[in-house]
Amino acid sequence: MAGTTTAPAVQTRRGGPVGQLAGPRVKATKVAANLVLLVIAVCFLLPMAWVVVASFDAEATLSFGLPDTVTTANFSAILTPELTWLPLWNAFVLSAGAGAITVVVAVLAAYPLSRYRMRFGKYFLYSVLFGTCLPITAIMVPVYALFVQLNLLDSLPGTIFFMAATSLPMAIWMTKNFMDSVPISLEEAAWTEGASAMQALRTIVLPLMRPGIAVVFIFVFVQAWGNFFVPFVLLLSPEKQPAAVSIFAFFGQYGSVAYGQLAAYSLLYAAPVLGLYVLVTRISGSAFALAGAVKG
Amino acid sequence: MAVTSRGVARAVPLAPAVVLLALFMLGPVVWSFYGSFTNAALTGPAALNPEWIGFDNYVALIGDPDFPKSLWLTVVFVFLSAVVGQNVMGIALAGLLRSAVRPVRSIASTVVVAAWVLPEIVAAFASYAFFHSDGTLNTMLGGIGIPGPDWLYSTPMLAVIVANIWRGTAFSMMVYSAALAEVPPELTEAAQLDGANGLQRLAWVTLPVIRRSISTNLMLTTLQTLSVFTLIYVMTGGGPGTDSSTLPILAYQEAFKFAQVGYGTAIATVMIVVGAIFSVIYIRALRPEVD
Repeated sequence: MAGTTTAPAVQTRRGGPVGQLAGPRVKATKVAANLVLLVIAVCFLLPMAWVVVASFDAEATLSFGLPDTVTTANFSAILTPELTWLPLWNAFVLSAGAGAITVVVAVLAAYPLSRYRMRFGKYFLYSVLFGTCLPITAIMVPVYALFVQLNLLDSLPGTIFFMAATSLPMAIWMTKNFMDSVPISLEEAAWTEGASAMQALRTIVLPLMRPGIAVVFIFVFVQAWGNFFVPFVLLLSPEKQPAAVSIFAFFGQYGSVAYGQLAAYSLLYAAPVLGLYVLVTRISGSAFALAGAVKG
Repeated sequence: MAVTSRGVARAVPLAPAVVLLALFMLGPVVWSFYGSFTNAALTGPAALNPEWIGFDNYVALIGDPDFPKSLWLTVVFVFLSAVVGQNVMGIALAGLLRSAVRPVRSIASTVVVAAWVLPEIVAAFASYAFFHSDGTLNTMLGGIGIPGPDWLYSTPMLAVIVANIWRGTAFSMMVYSAALAEVPPELTEAAQLDGANGLQRLAWVTLPVIRRSISTNLMLTTLQTLSVFTLIYVMTGGGPGTDSSTLPILAYQEAFKFAQVGYGTAIATVMIVVGAIFSVIYIRALRPEVD
């Protein structure tokens, strides 16, 4: 940033004389910008709109089109225990399990990293940062081989711990940033009264960073809920597979005939994630919280 | 000595994280390097007790015409969909959003972010339906009298690249929105007073100011796109033939479809090395924030 932040000699205010001088042209540009944005929004919307429209269409095709008969039959057809409820439950167990483990481990790890100057803390943070970059799909084949050796294949706990571990680097990074913003002076008071570090963490730091913890948990939950490749490789029995995998199996079996049901299933499965995302934006006050956290 | 024991005590809360990361992140990476020198198979005796075969997998890799092709497809995919597509689209959207009226701004950003928030398998189905020969795109083209091709079959790379731009642009848009909000308005206004037009202001004022966000974002989108699997797997399955088999697809197919886990692991190792190189560049760029 150096050298670019020096204030210019001429002080102008936002919307000042410059904007007024160029009035009509600025207005034309603004109208054009709005129009272009609307066109882009429509283009981005079309593929998603198909999912919504097709799920209520009695004779859904692969193309977006308003249905002749609006129906909820697609939903009632797929809302059976083995087709939807069990996979959704599995997805919930996987995501909540990974989220809980990740949050606990990340909070524990973030505390010393945030509070003490440790000689190896820097190296640990570097490796954590390196871990956030590692492409997980690249390691799935060796992970499979490793799980064969450890006898963890087709094990729900094994998969949960693996998912927790892969989201841990990002979670530690985010948690440390949230913890850094909690002032240390409050803990120092507790320390002088004889509280241990862990007591201070539990009674002072955690209550103050509740929103941050919620954001980290939701972040991990959403990632695990949407993850297809990891459970696809590591979980083999259909009764253990989460919605992402069973929906893919459904697509393979019936996808070429029952588009409406596929769309209905997709909508049901995507809804919690969309809801949680809205929740995160409420908690952190910014729609861009997740990307902001990623930016570090 | 008291200092050291206190240091150890302070580091104890790090232990669970270290164990998890060592077992499930470092473990597979080490295993990947080791496994790529074995003849590990999917089932049978070679699955549990793989034999050491030296560099055979890598020799086979170089001799296999699918590998250089897949490497090239990966480069094309990453370059066009992430480096060019998502970044240019992201910065353009971020700029447009700033000059849009409030309702348009919230509609556009919500729609773009929604494509990014969707679970990847749903995004993949949506893209599949959009580009299918009977899909939305061809219906629209048919509406204006153009018979559309079977995109997923005749131009699979184009389809997956556009789909990945659709899916991932939100991330770049959010990063660049945050970056643009921090550009001091005085700078661009001063340039405007000096007679610079919009493009000149972008090239000489805005882009240099946000250059750090650009390099960070380029790295992150490259790494994310390098590991895209589900989108391509659902849309084309890597086909027709191997015409859209990027490295993650190729590694998966060699390991699980053709049961050559050792060979698939060698491909995975190549990906890990490529990813590691990009990560190191990225971390060097971020260095001041860690220290």
